[in-house]
Amino acid sequence: MSLLKVSNLGVQFQTNDGVVSAVNGVNFELERGQTLGIVGESGSGKSQTVLAMMGLLAKNGRTSGEALYQGKNLLTLSAKELNGIRGDRLSMIFQDPMTSLNPYLTVERQMTEVLQLHKNMSRRQAKARAIELLEAVRIPEAARRIDMYPHEFSGGMRQRVMIAMALLCEPEVLIADEPTTALDVTVQAQILQLLKDLQRDFGTAIVMITHDLGVVAGLCEKVLVMYGGRVMEQGDADSLFYQPSHPYTIGLLGALPRLDHDGSELVSIPGNPPNMAQLPAGCPFSERCSHAGPRCASELPALAVSPHNGRVLRACHKSAHELIDIREVAHA
Amino acid sequence: MWSYTFRRVLMTIPTLLLVITVCYLMLHATPGGPFDGERKLSAAVLANLQAKYHLDLPLWQQYLYYLKSLLSGDLGASFRYADWSVNDLVIKALPVSLSIGGGSLLISIVLGVGLGIIAALRQNSLVDYLVMLIGNIGSAFPSFVIGPVLIMVFAIWLKWLPAGGWDDFQLGYMILPMTLLTFINISTIGRVMRGSLIEVLSSNFIRTARAKGLGLSTIVFRHALKPALMPVVSVIGPLAISSITAAVVTESVFSLPGIGKLIVNGAANRDYTLVLGLVVLVTVVAVLLNLLVDLAYALLDPKIRY
Repeated sequence: MSLLKVSNLGVQFQTNDGVVSAVNGVNFELERGQTLGIVGESGSGKSQTVLAMMGLLAKNGRTSGEALYQGKNLLTLSAKELNGIRGDRLSMIFQDPMTSLNPYLTVERQMTEVLQLHKNMSRRQAKARAIELLEAVRIPEAARRIDMYPHEFSGGMRQRVMIAMALLCEPEVLIADEPTTALDVTVQAQILQLLKDLQRDFGTAIVMITHDLGVVAGLCEKVLVMYGGRVMEQGDADSLFYQPSHPYTIGLLGALPRLDHDGSELVSIPGNPPNMAQLPAGCPFSERCSHAGPRCASELPALAVSPHNGRVLRACHKSAHELIDIREVAHA
Repeated sequence: MWSYTFRRVLMTIPTLLLVITVCYLMLHATPGGPFDGERKLSAAVLANLQAKYHLDLPLWQQYLYYLKSLLSGDLGASFRYADWSVNDLVIKALPVSLSIGGGSLLISIVLGVGLGIIAALRQNSLVDYLVMLIGNIGSAFPSFVIGPVLIMVFAIWLKWLPAGGWDDFQLGYMILPMTLLTFINISTIGRVMRGSLIEVLSSNFIRTARAKGLGLSTIVFRHALKPALMPVVSVIGPLAISSITAAVVTESVFSLPGIGKLIVNGAANRDYTLVLGLVVLVTVVAVLLNLLVDLAYALLDPKIRY
């Protein structure tokens, strides 16, 4: 049995303009120690997918489908049962370390409360364990710094504190929602290396949400590419990177700035992400897709195993071979 | 923090001096004097009285006389209340105002914060609407309207409580004026607390706390209360100071022998020393309240250090 099995997950928000579907029909499985990357532009539904699993949606959010953790559906658990799991077996780190820690409490208080709650430790035991974790994320002078407040730490150090806090109970799944977006590039690399090391040491499965394909390439075994609340393409990282077969994935990879090319011009996908309140009837990407045909705007392509590679699922009316050929000609 | 407190207390001296000087000049600029009454005093008596209180000297000399006695803690003798020094008047009236003003402020902080929390947690519920209704009534109606309404209902119709007056800290006489002040203060504190807690509860660090699996009460009381109290503390300072002005109205409505009553009588009678003495008192209280608010900030927010 997979550690985490998400089937047909959907997220809807009740707004003044009616119901907005932020996520539709997301499926994935996560095994122990594995890393899954969820990639997409802002507003593609990647964050809402994991917030739904953690029970952290905004008040007007509703879920559909299933997210099974060890046979228990996270989406329908009572608040009490969910509180027994999150922070303990399933933990999360957030995008903005500057605002995700409570500025009014010491790091010690914010860390020990997790262990006191889930592991019934005394405050003293919990503090000793918290110091161990701060050392594991390489915070210098952890024993002294633990009594400080978040504002006395730099951004990178705060994200290390967040990671240490998320790992206190040795969770089976760590969800990282753009953990490096708010950080300096040099610090980003350190944090990613840290996550890799910790995954090796603790055997934690990671769900990594990012819009940075470099992060995915360096860390993830499986990738899910989302657009307009739907999965465009999903499969193992190698297949997706070396032979992307969906126009959106191809566009994303093409938009990566490359140092080894002469042209200094940055490539981008023309247009903007769709308005989630008024999605087109067909493929959400059809408006920006350079390969779109008449069928794309009216008929939603189903996510299905691709004939070109059995390990890849894609949702596109165009055949994979056609797109791969076009791309290879363009790159040749 | 102690050196900061000390410096702040020292800073009151120039503030006080400025306030006293301005008030002194304004009082003496107003027409009439303390001995202009219905019954004309004979010229000889008036001259004697004026000599006794140094009113015959040039203004700057009078001013220096006043400052000199103030330095030794003497607010001078009252012009109108014969045989009473201003010190005695203040000492007699202050406990009345302090118990009513301070007491109602404490009650309204506890109730206002409590109601604000309930309203914020049950947004758009019946409790929430009730708190908001109290808040709106308390802010919309002036105290000289709410006060007489309270008297009409509880003293005249129901006959539960006396309509006014004072009898040596007997609770019966304190309830209505305290209710009035509490009602007005709760309206501000409750509204501010509700708004700030709602805002804090939607912040990122509360989402982190929820992701850690913490229960609602831990989230509210350990994680959200302190930041949500910051705006409440900022309104408590001005609220406490405005309680002093509110006392002028409340004490008239309920005929209480407090500071507010003294201010009104002193001003009406041109009782120079009495008014100046009260101004000194109110200034000192206001400055100390502001200091307390600033110290409370430091107590709540670890980023603020003096």
